[in-house]
Amino acid sequence: MSATVKVASKPLAALDERLTISTWFKSNLRKVFPDHWSFLLGEIALYSFIVLLLSGTFLTLFFKPSMVEVVYQGSYVPLRGVPMSEAYASTLDISFEIRGGLLMRQIHHWSALLFVASMTVHMFRVFFTGAFRRPREINWSIGALLLLMGLAAGFTGYSLPDDLLSGTGLRIIEGIILSIPVVGTYLSFLIFGGNYPGEDIISRLYIAHVLLVPGLILALVSAHLIILWYQKHTQWPGPGRTEQNVVGYPLFPIYTAKAGGFFFVVSGVVVLLSAFIQINPVWFWGPYDPSQVSAGTQPDWYIGWLDGMLRITPALEFVIGGYTLSLNVLIPGGLAMPIFAGLLVAYPAIERFATGDDREHHLLDRPRNNPTRTGIGVMAIVFYGLLWLSGGNDFVATIFQIPVNYITRFMQVGLFVLPPLAFVVTRRIAIALQRRDMERVEHGRETGVIRMTTEGEFYEEHAPIDQYEAYELTAQPRPKRIEAAPELDESGIKNPHYKKTKRQARLNRFYWENTVDKPTPDELHDEVEHAEHDTLDHLEHEALPSGGHNPPESTRHT
Amino acid sequence: MTALLAKRRHPLAAVVVMAVALAALAALYAAFSPSSQASTTSAQSTQIEEGKQLFLVGCSSCHGINAEGVIRDDGTVLGPSLIGVGAAAVDFQVGTGRMPMARTDVQAPRKTEAYTDEQVAALAAYVASLAPGPAIPEPEQYDPELGDIARGGDLYRTNCAQCHNTTGQGGALTLGKYAPKLTGVEPVHIYEAMLTGPQSMPVFSDEVLTSDDKRDIIAFLKNVQSEPNPGGFGIGRIGPVSEGLWVWLIGLGALIGAAAWIGARSS
Amino acid sequence: MTTHSSEIEPAAQGGDPLPDPGLPPHTPRLTDTDTKAAKRAERQIGVMFGIAALGSIGFVAAYLALPLDGDLGRLQLSNILLGLGLGASLLLLGLGAVQWAKKLMPDVEMVQQRHPLESPPEDRQAAVAAFEAGAEESGIGRRPLIRNSLLGAAALLPLPVLFFLGDMGPINPNPALVRSTTIWTRGTRVVNDVTFTPIRPEDLQVGQLVNAMPESYEEIPEEDAAERLTTRAYSSVLVIRLEPGEFEVPPGREGWDVDGILCYSKICTHVGCPISLYEQQTHNMLCPCHQSTFALSQAGKVVFGPAKRPLPQLPLEVDAEGYLAAQGDFTEPVGPSYWERAKYIRTEPA
Repeated sequence: MSATVKVASKPLAALDERLTISTWFKSNLRKVFPDHWSFLLGEIALYSFIVLLLSGTFLTLFFKPSMVEVVYQGSYVPLRGVPMSEAYASTLDISFEIRGGLLMRQIHHWSALLFVASMTVHMFRVFFTGAFRRPREINWSIGALLLLMGLAAGFTGYSLPDDLLSGTGLRIIEGIILSIPVVGTYLSFLIFGGNYPGEDIISRLYIAHVLLVPGLILALVSAHLIILWYQKHTQWPGPGRTEQNVVGYPLFPIYTAKAGGFFFVVSGVVVLLSAFIQINPVWFWGPYDPSQVSAGTQPDWYIGWLDGMLRITPALEFVIGGYTLSLNVLIPGGLAMPIFAGLLVAYPAIERFATGDDREHHLLDRPRNNPTRTGIGVMAIVFYGLLWLSGGNDFVATIFQIPVNYITRFMQVGLFVLPPLAFVVTRRIAIALQRRDMERVEHGRETGVIRMTTEGEFYEEHAPIDQYEAYELTAQPRPKRIEAAPELDESGIKNPHYKKTKRQARLNRFYWENTVDKPTPDELHDEVEHAEHDTLDHLEHEALPSGGHNPPESTRHT
Repeated sequence: MTALLAKRRHPLAAVVVMAVALAALAALYAAFSPSSQASTTSAQSTQIEEGKQLFLVGCSSCHGINAEGVIRDDGTVLGPSLIGVGAAAVDFQVGTGRMPMARTDVQAPRKTEAYTDEQVAALAAYVASLAPGPAIPEPEQYDPELGDIARGGDLYRTNCAQCHNTTGQGGALTLGKYAPKLTGVEPVHIYEAMLTGPQSMPVFSDEVLTSDDKRDIIAFLKNVQSEPNPGGFGIGRIGPVSEGLWVWLIGLGALIGAAAWIGARSS
Repeated sequence: MTTHSSEIEPAAQGGDPLPDPGLPPHTPRLTDTDTKAAKRAERQIGVMFGIAALGSIGFVAAYLALPLDGDLGRLQLSNILLGLGLGASLLLLGLGAVQWAKKLMPDVEMVQQRHPLESPPEDRQAAVAAFEAGAEESGIGRRPLIRNSLLGAAALLPLPVLFFLGDMGPINPNPALVRSTTIWTRGTRVVNDVTFTPIRPEDLQVGQLVNAMPESYEEIPEEDAAERLTTRAYSSVLVIRLEPGEFEVPPGREGWDVDGILCYSKICTHVGCPISLYEQQTHNMLCPCHQSTFALSQAGKVVFGPAKRPLPQLPLEVDAEGYLAAQGDFTEPVGPSYWERAKYIRTEPA
């Protein structure tokens, strides 16, 4: 027995006698995980969340979530003698009086921005590779919830210092709550403890931020990881990889080192960011005063899309029978998020319906092999990006010297014109990439060597690709094409599901329109022969001597 | 060449003619350009007279011969009337280079001054002589050392931050107008801007925002601009927009790079 | 007879064109074959961990050597050094661990089989049987009275939970009513915010902007922070001076201005940001939050942006001592819209 094992054996034995851990270790210590950089994006989210928990705990040792008014007498001169809430004053103290306090505040805030950013890219990775398909729909929905929780955590968190910037955001939230029909004013008074802003909101946001939301996130993340662990990670298709296996490296020691190491890399990058780049300098914004506002007031980046929507939604407010319905506020403020979450959660079911594919999938899709899904994803990104830019329209105006009014108008139109355009363009690009792949399989790779026949005809030599690459390019599943069931069966009785199958068939056709299917064995054989024939044709006509290349071999012997 | 022609022109004649012409041009330019020292003014010319001369040359085409303003045929204003704007307005507009405007635009941007300090003073004196208006403040009125920074901050956030941003980074207004950055602006010009309300900026008269209040604001501005960024690079001090940009570019960029390195096969 | 969509069987379209060639052969890394390279990698990793250790020590040194004394330059240095120390200790620990895995741990791919996620049919049947046995033993199917009363009780249980939250805020009197008035009353002087000096009409020039508050704000006791904040949130106003004749006077608002001096609410009617970006020449008031633009020379009408309603105007007069004062409260609720708002629009200054 090695020295390590000897040292570990006694405590392990004690645990084992009580918890049967050896059985768990036996199967899980060498559990295989597939290796790809894009599988690490979710880890960035996980690790930044851990950094948030640790840095947040530090901050709670010093932060006072109280709106009691105090007069600041700390070391930051421009605010000395200024009345402010205890929350703001304690934030200033953390920044200016406590060693490492400013660093920790910055770590916390950078980590929060990174948390949501990494969840977003992770979500897109999962989306574009189809990893949300059966059996992972539950995890996908958990992920959507986690994203929303991340937004909630961020918003409640940056409102805690009670500074002018985040306070303006709180005012906007009050305006949104007010726009809720029937119960808006009551909800607003209940949440704020009276007329805005009241004295309670900061301490209420505090408990949401340090207990309720992180508790939920922890629970959801745990479920997310347990399900992932149990179902095993997906993998890219390729030689040796099937729907029934996992190919990769063992948890211990490889992934312990790689993933464990990545935790330290992520936290290290966050800390270095916090050492060198200032974030959320609340002392510049000043304490929150409901009658003050600063130019360039923006929420944190992940709320930008909602603020952008608030900016560009036209003035749709109606008074009907003495009651006011403010759709201009309700739609962006109240409905956008639930609709977005609903679309996210519903997508796996929608795709299942369109493709008729209900099988288990553990092999990923290359994005080009599902052009419509990829197009939808890019369309969503463009839509989101336009809204995000709208949220910063005053900055875009200043930087590019365009009147802000023009930007708003452009966005109001562009939001509905550009995403479908992006969808069409992306789908075309994906299909073109598919064609290129098939060319590579059927004709081999371009060598860049040009030959001329004696008749003066030019052609490029192709060289065969190796079998591993060829397999990788043809490993994707063949799309299922669906036809509607007949309207009347043999006895002439109407099919009750006819309308549904017709819809499905239409959606299916739209989904797989123009997609390049991989060839069947016969088709491939024919193609290769054809290509060979072309080349042989040329050879018959005698290639000019130029370096003694052998005639290209067929990729598959006939 | 015939002998006649050869006699008529000295080889250097052309050179001499050129030199004389150039000298004449130079003299004319020197006499009429705004940055000339008008060395011909006699000791009796008052500052107002000098200002009037400068005004006629450099300003009257838009503001009228008697500074009464020029309105175009379609009713829009080419240059507003300067009667009653006071020396402070002139000192601000010309002293920050905003006037003369390089071209008609929604707003006059700050640029290199076209006049020396003495010329600016002369122009200001001339305009002030037309009608009573806000005067150039005394140095104690705008000396940042004498102002209360904290109180100035409070006043600034209430009266100025909504256009100029809490750290003076400026901001967008409608239709291409903007509130400019306040960095690198001389205290006297800050005072005069508040006093005279240039272009889109409103007026903050001394009766409401007193001279002391203005001085406090100036003290605050100068302090916040000279303040280091304790958290590191200030990245523009404009808040979440740049923070979001950097977290994506540097934060996520570096980490995705790290992920690519981790996932890559070692050679 | 098929009632559902038919699929064109993938088999009919032909199977996969190429067989799976299996895992590609393993190519050794330099560190696998060259012991010198392996040793070099080992040293490299050791150096990384060494720097990480130095980072931690550096952090402690910087922490002790740089107490904070209020100097911002010192704070900046402290932030950088502490961050550099901690960041190095974390980052290099991570980089070292990853380098160790990449260069020295075996990189031969392993294969594990997936297990079917569906339980075997016997298990499913046993689960169903177990569930049925339990349900049968509970008797809930045979005892509808128990079932229905249980459902009734459970359905009502959320009510106490909900009602516990009832005193989170005062909802009696009706919040909509509370929201509909401000502290402005007849005779309340308009004072400059921050300095709280009252304003005479002669103090204001054409083109001026004053961020103002009601004088009665100062009378709110300092301990009543909530009341003070709410007053700032709703009763803040803007005072501007225009040339008489340069602005429209809608019917009913004659006499609301004093010689071209107008007073408007500072709270945007969109979602409540304080505005006060006044463009002196266009007489437009712009809100920085979502760019709602109000034309103050046209009774505060919205000319751009997502706000719908014009800015409420406060009627002004000159009081006995010659200072600007309100004729009464606004004639409508200020700030963002809400459901019951239209019921609280008054015709006379309150």
